[in-house]
Amino acid sequence: MDGSSDPNAPRKAWLSLLARSAPADVARLWEAAGLAPAHDVLRAPEIGAVMVRGRAGAVGAPFNLGEMTVTRTTVALTGGIVGHGYVQGRDKAHATHAALIDALMQTDAAAGIESAILAPLRDAANTRRDARAKRAAATKVDFFTVARGED
Amino acid sequence: MPQTTLAGGFADPPQDAAQAFRGIMQAMARPGRIETVGGVRPPAPLSVAAATLLLTLCDPDTGLYLAGACDTPAVRDWITFHTGAPFVAPADATFALGAWHDIDLSVLPIGTPEYPDRSATVIVEVPNLTHGGAKLRGPGIKDIAMLNLPDLPALQQNAALFPLGLDFFFTSGADLAALPRSTKVT
Repeated sequence: MDGSSDPNAPRKAWLSLLARSAPADVARLWEAAGLAPAHDVLRAPEIGAVMVRGRAGAVGAPFNLGEMTVTRTTVALTGGIVGHGYVQGRDKAHATHAALIDALMQTDAAAGIESAILAPLRDAANTRRDARAKRAAATKVDFFTVARGED
Repeated sequence: MPQTTLAGGFADPPQDAAQAFRGIMQAMARPGRIETVGGVRPPAPLSVAAATLLLTLCDPDTGLYLAGACDTPAVRDWITFHTGAPFVAPADATFALGAWHDIDLSVLPIGTPEYPDRSATVIVEVPNLTHGGAKLRGPGIKDIAMLNLPDLPALQQNAALFPLGLDFFFTSGADLAALPRSTKVT
């Protein structure tokens, strides 16, 4: 699928970021942002398992990689805007924060949330990925053939 | 997206669904008995009893067929949010929901001789439920039970298919009654 033509791509990006971020980071930034929007809970936080599926090389036949624990919740702001939070792990506060951030990102508060919460989370995610890539790169083996001069 | 499309599910899902299931089971075990269920606020035109049935019995593995006036975007959004049940053609349905005249019973699955359980359960929205009209006899009924049924010949035909056939719930407001395929109606 062409990511650039998907109208939901930005929302998918921030939901993905929130799902993978550490609960403590999200909670700390949420507190620091000092937001407390009035909201109704449409679906109380609940813990379940989802099957993670993959494709070999991103093109092969789909297979089941394994199950992972997720927590989900849905909130509605007083204006009626609905936010969904699906996060990995079993931290219900994390799911609630994610749902509230998702709802607020659809309002005028989006720019503030972006700079106060999402940007730091994105930096942390990039740092984590780079550190991991560096560790993996140190174990990389380059295979090459030395000309043996048999002629 | 207006909030009303998603609000109105069970407030305390484990307990509310268990209580609703108890009522539904009693209704199915004693055909003709009218049970009152609730705990949900569905979008129009769903009745409370029909919506409670869906939230209690449907999940992503049960295909749902919405017939006639019940098939609105608001109803679909609400059911998807609360149950995740897929919407399917009548021939693949595990549950069918609608008014009596909107549902074509002949195309719904009635099960196979090897697997009579692979049949549809039909939820029929009716204007009212009273103990009067048709006489019900069969398992779960001591002597005779009375229930107002929309169409006697079609239900007699369904009972004649036993062990195959459809099972029915009739819903009106917060009331529901059941008519399994094993009940003889006259």
